[in-house]
Amino acid sequence: MATMFSKIWDRHLVTERDDGNVLLYIDRHLVHEVTSPQAFEGLVLAGRSVRRTGAMLAVQDHNVPTTPDRSTRIDDRESREQIRTLRENALGAGITLFDIDDPRQGIVHIIGPESGLAQPGITIVCGDSHTGTLGAFGAIAFGIGTSEVEHVLATQTLWQRKPLQMRVVVSGALAPFVTPKDIILAVIAKIGAAGGTGHAVEFAGDTIRRMSMEGRMTICNMTIEAGARFGLIAPDEVTYAYVKGRPLAPGPEHEAAAIAYWEGLPSDPGAGWDREEALSADALEPHVTWGTSPQDALPVGGRVPDPEAQPDPKERARMLRALEYMGLAAGTKLTDIPVDKVFIGSCTNGRIEDLRAAAQVARGKRVAKGVTALVVPGSGLVRKQAEAEGLDRVFLEAGFEWRLPGCSMCLGMNPDKLKAGERCASTSNRNFEGRQGPGGRTHLMSPQMAAAAAVTGRIADVREVAR
Amino acid sequence: MREKFVSITTVGVPLDRGNVDTDAIIPARYLKTVKRTGLGEGLFFAWRYDADGSARADFPLNRPEYRGGRALVAGENFGCGSSREHAVWALMDFGFRAVVAPSYSDIFRNNCLKNGMLPVALKAPEVRVLMDALLAAPGSEIAIDLPEQSVTGPGGISCRFEIDPFAKSCLLEGRDEIALTLTYGAEIARYERERKQVTPWLFRDVPE
Repeated sequence: MATMFSKIWDRHLVTERDDGNVLLYIDRHLVHEVTSPQAFEGLVLAGRSVRRTGAMLAVQDHNVPTTPDRSTRIDDRESREQIRTLRENALGAGITLFDIDDPRQGIVHIIGPESGLAQPGITIVCGDSHTGTLGAFGAIAFGIGTSEVEHVLATQTLWQRKPLQMRVVVSGALAPFVTPKDIILAVIAKIGAAGGTGHAVEFAGDTIRRMSMEGRMTICNMTIEAGARFGLIAPDEVTYAYVKGRPLAPGPEHEAAAIAYWEGLPSDPGAGWDREEALSADALEPHVTWGTSPQDALPVGGRVPDPEAQPDPKERARMLRALEYMGLAAGTKLTDIPVDKVFIGSCTNGRIEDLRAAAQVARGKRVAKGVTALVVPGSGLVRKQAEAEGLDRVFLEAGFEWRLPGCSMCLGMNPDKLKAGERCASTSNRNFEGRQGPGGRTHLMSPQMAAAAAVTGRIADVREVAR
Repeated sequence: MREKFVSITTVGVPLDRGNVDTDAIIPARYLKTVKRTGLGEGLFFAWRYDADGSARADFPLNRPEYRGGRALVAGENFGCGSSREHAVWALMDFGFRAVVAPSYSDIFRNNCLKNGMLPVALKAPEVRVLMDALLAAPGSEIAIDLPEQSVTGPGGISCRFEIDPFAKSCLLEGRDEIALTLTYGAEIARYERERKQVTPWLFRDVPE
C-alpha cells in the first residue's frame, strides 16, 4: 500500500541514517548556466571530478537572447561570460551540451523530455525550482540549489528526508478554452503559495488521465508555486507513447522490461496520504492572477478583490501592497485591465500544444495597437515543429513576434524584460514583484488567454474573443 | 559546507513581510555572476532603493539602528520561489548568519544549511512577538544558540526551535557534506551495479 513517490524513493536508497536522512541515488541531472558555475568551481577547488558525466545534460537557456543574431552577438558581458562558462565546464567535464546554436537547444525542462531523459520511475534533479515539471512522467523530479548541484556532480546522490504525501484529485471534463494552466492556478489559489511545503503532490483523477503529456507538465511545473518541490502524475499509455522513440528511451531491447517496470509504479489503491484535496474541472473557468503571488488567481469574470473585505490584517496588508505594486484598484473588472506586453512561452507553456492553442485564438486576428506580443517556443524542436505546422505564419500575420527558444520574458535575465510600470499578460509561472523586470507587472494565464489579451489589448475572456 | 554555526548574539533586523520570494531577495540580473561573493550589493535591491537609486530610509536594512545586524526576522514562507542559492549568498555577503521566521520554502532552507546559515523556524505567534519587540525597540539584540536550540530576545522573549539532528551536526561542525558522502563510495558503486541489472536503460549515456 505505497504511493508512487514511496515506491520510486525506496528504489533509490543508497543508504539510510537513523535520523531519517537517506542518501538518494540520482539517475539524471540537468544543468543550466545560472546555477552551475559555482558548483563546477567548487569541484575544481576541492580537486574533485564529475562522477557520471553520461547522466547529465547541459544547456544555456536563462541568459540567451531570443533574437536571430544571438549566435554572434550577446551584448550583455555577464550573460556572455555565463554562457561561455557553461560551455567550458561541460566540455571540460565531458558533459553533453546543447549549445546556443544547437537545433535542440531550449528551456532545460523542455529539452529534458524531448531527449527522452525524463522517464517514469526515475530520480531527476536540476538547479532550478521548476524541475518538478518532469514529475509528469511519474518520476521524482525536483529543484535543488547550487551546493546540491555540486553534490550531485561529485557523488550522483543527495541527502534527503522523505516529504509528506499529498494527493490532488481532479475530476470532470474541462470546458472549451479551459486548460491545465487553469487547473493548476485554481489549485494554488485553493491551497495557497505555501500549501504544499514539505509535501510531494501527486495529481490524479479522470481529468488528468485524459490529459496530454504537455498538459501534465504544465500542472507539475507550477506545483512549486504551491510550495511543493515535487509534482507527480502516474505514467500510463500517454506517457509511454511520449517517451517511445526518443534518443534516451529504453529502445527496442529494453522496451518490454521498461513498460513492465513502469506499470508497477502507480500508487496502490489503499496508499495512505497525509493530505488530500479535490478539484472539479467541470465548472472551472479560465483563470488570471491579479496580484504578486501565484495564489492570487481568480476566474476571468471576476473583479480585483477588495482588501478591506479581508478580515485577516496580515493578509489585508499583503493585498494592499500587491494592489499598489500592480497599480490596480479594488473592484476593477479583470477584463477592464489593459496590457502593454504579451508573453507566450516558458517552461510552463512553451510546448507545441501551447503554441497550437494560442495560434488557434490568434488566427486571422491582429495584435491590438500599442501591444507588443512575443511568442517564444520552448525549444528548437518545438520551434521547428511549429513552423512545419505553419504556426509561425499565423503568429507573424497577426502581428506577434516569432522568437528563438529560451526562458525569455519569464524572468529578467536576458534582453526580454518589462520596463517599470509595464503590464504583461504572461503564460509563465511567477508574478512576483520585479520577476519580469524591475517594476514590471505580471498577470499569469493560459496561452489561449494570453493570445486573447494580445488581440484585444486587455485581459479578455478567451471564450468571448474566440466566439 | 564551509562555515560553522554555533551561536550568535546580534541586532535583530525585522522584515515584517510574509512570502518573501527569492526574486525579491536577489533579483535575477544579479544571478549572472559566476562567483558566490559580492551579492550583498543586490540584496533586496528593489525594496532597498528607489527607482532613482536612492536608499529608502524606511527599509529596515537602511536604518542605522539595525546596521550590522546578523539575524533577519521575517514572515512565513520565507525564501519561496526560485531555487537560486544566490539568495543565501546575498544574505551572507551582506552579513546575515541566521533567519528567524515561522516557515521557509524547502529549497531555501536546504540552501541555508549547505552554507552555514541557520534558518530558525519558530511558531508564528513567537515570531510575531519577536518582530513587534524589534520594531518597538530598534537595535535590540537577539541571541540564537544552536546547541541549545533556543532564541532569546528583548523583554525576556525565550523560545526553543526544532532542527533536523543531521543538519544540526553539519552546522556545528561546518562539515563538508560531499567529503562525507564520498566515504559512501562503495555503497554508491554497489547500488549502481545492482540497478544496472534491474533498469539497464537508465544507465545509457546521454548522447552528444
